Amino acid sequence: MTNLTRRSLIKSAGAAAVAMPFINRVALGDEVLKVGYIYLGPIGDFGWTWAHEKGRKEMVAALGGKVTADYVENVNEDQSAIPVIRDLAKSGHKLIFTTSFGYMDQTLAVASEFPDVKFEHCTGYKHAPNVATYNNRFHQARAVMGTIAGMQSKTGTIGYLGSFKVPEVVMGVNSFALAAQAVNPKIKVKLVMIDSWFDPAKESAAAETLANLGCDFITTHTDSPAALQVCEKKKIFGFGQGADMTRFAPHACLTSILDIWSPYYISRAKAVLDGSWKSGDSWWGVKDGSVKIAPYNKSLPENVQAAGEKIMKGWADGSYEVFTGPLVDQSGKERLAKGVRIEDKDLAVIDWYVKGVEG
Amino acid sequence: MSIDLVIAAILTVVNITTPILLAATGELVVEKSGVLNLGVEGMMLCGAIAGFAVTFTCGDPDLAEKLPWLADWAPWLGVISAAIAGALSSLLFGFMALTLGANQVASGLALVIFGTGISSLIGTSYVGISINPFDSVFPDSLASDPIGKLFFSYSPLVYFAFVMVAVVAWFLNKTRAGLILRAVGENDLSAHSIGYSVIGVRYLAVMFGGAMSGIGGAYFTMVITPLWAEKMTAGRGWIALALVVFSGWRTRRLLGGAYFFGVFMTLELYAKASGFSFLPSQFWAAMPYMMAVLVLAAMSARARGGSEAPACLGKPFIPDA
Repeated sequence: MTNLTRRSLIKSAGAAAVAMPFINRVALGDEVLKVGYIYLGPIGDFGWTWAHEKGRKEMVAALGGKVTADYVENVNEDQSAIPVIRDLAKSGHKLIFTTSFGYMDQTLAVASEFPDVKFEHCTGYKHAPNVATYNNRFHQARAVMGTIAGMQSKTGTIGYLGSFKVPEVVMGVNSFALAAQAVNPKIKVKLVMIDSWFDPAKESAAAETLANLGCDFITTHTDSPAALQVCEKKKIFGFGQGADMTRFAPHACLTSILDIWSPYYISRAKAVLDGSWKSGDSWWGVKDGSVKIAPYNKSLPENVQAAGEKIMKGWADGSYEVFTGPLVDQSGKERLAKGVRIEDKDLAVIDWYVKGVEG
Repeated sequence: MSIDLVIAAILTVVNITTPILLAATGELVVEKSGVLNLGVEGMMLCGAIAGFAVTFTCGDPDLAEKLPWLADWAPWLGVISAAIAGALSSLLFGFMALTLGANQVASGLALVIFGTGISSLIGTSYVGISINPFDSVFPDSLASDPIGKLFFSYSPLVYFAFVMVAVVAWFLNKTRAGLILRAVGENDLSAHSIGYSVIGVRYLAVMFGGAMSGIGGAYFTMVITPLWAEKMTAGRGWIALALVVFSGWRTRRLLGGAYFFGVFMTLELYAKASGFSFLPSQFWAAMPYMMAVLVLAAMSARARGGSEAPACLGKPFIPDA
């Protein structure tokens, strides 16, 4: 850390006095926006954090010299996040993205101390005048995976490897299950939550368990490619998320969800620069270019690829919605009437699984 | 439940348990010499990246053309490198805690931070690559029926872990060197006064612990998920540390405790996948930890055969002080 002595203080004061006119000139001409990012995992996780890091880099590249962006990785989702977020705010970052659900209250706490700093909390639902939330509609891509699994499964049982029962995961499970049921009404979906976002050994053990219990397609909602490697070894099929994970499982990986954060990051940084930033809740999807899927595996039959493409097109032009009634939950209770599409406010807090999901 | 399903589940148990068992066996020897090295997680990560990097490099197709034998030995060289990397990283702790007599808890925590950092740094060029897993070396015909599968379908490291538990038990209880090591852990001043090198013995123990943690870490990158991702041991080093304490510093209980943990984590996954949702998911997730602690605590509470904690555990030894 900085070694503060009287002499160095005097020196830096002198340096500041000399530098002052230049600093002023820079500030008057073209102010550089400092953007800060809080990451849950390591940037090398090849998944969630990796995708945010890619978005950060693309934003910096797109906005040229107008922004700089720093990040802090491996920040725990507990009280220890508060000083980390506060440090970013104190050190002149005027736009701060906290990129995981578990930073919700910590983000609001720090935001109340820094009213002139804009905060963006990823996947959350609490707002303040200077706290906006944002998320991508990843569940839209899960519908493609459910369709593929539903059409191709021989055992009639497919697996979902989840992390925690939070709306983000629940809507993924339901989207996957509903899309699979649409092409194969008898299909069963087995669900395992491992209570962690990143634990390759446990992800691997959970994927083995699903495979041993008869699943021949497994989709992953955790952050490492561990489950795909199990699929490759067991000669069953799986899907990646966060990045194209074909390289980890050339035969097993049929496609992957791609998290594209840069369109949102660019638009929000621009909004701060031109003063139009407002708090709100953004939920971008396939039609905004924020959710894409990786190229299909060559082994996938053409009619199956076409079925997947049809769903992606449907999301893009609004003609498709996987959460269209009648929807019945696990206990048999009707949750959505026939022909009705789910509203965003209900989807955002969804905490029930559709019929046909086991676990 | 069919027999095939049970055997498949046992494979999962073994995969969860082996890295913890390897690291815990090493740490047991370290602690028996009176040293508390909390750096297991860091040493595991050093071993994990070293094992992966060496296996990947030796398996490189260009290299294999020139040196065909190298590719065959790649995983073995990977394991040896993991052991060396773990032992080298433990020397950092050794220097601080043994030579300089620094606080062992602080030195161990520093080693965790060091191991996490350096493995991430070296690992950046290995992200997104996979290698061939270090699987069973037995011919497939041996593992064709259920019984054969039960015994012959594991990575060589699994058998190595069992052998090392036996070797450590024998070493500690039946050999003169083991007696000296325990003496150093029980009463460093006496051992010193009758001419044993306390610091020397402890250095050897710490390096052995480092090597075992390194191999335990390599089990992640070479067997379970043949890829590298930062911090991929996800806290197993801390579980290994806890197991040593809860086993009362006894090898047999260490083996039992580690397998308890593996069995209950596997049961947790099967219970969830089978739809036993009458208990919250978090409860199932806590189960392996709770059961391992409860069972070991119950065993240690028995009148006969309680804890064998070394008396000098965690105390710095400064000769001529």
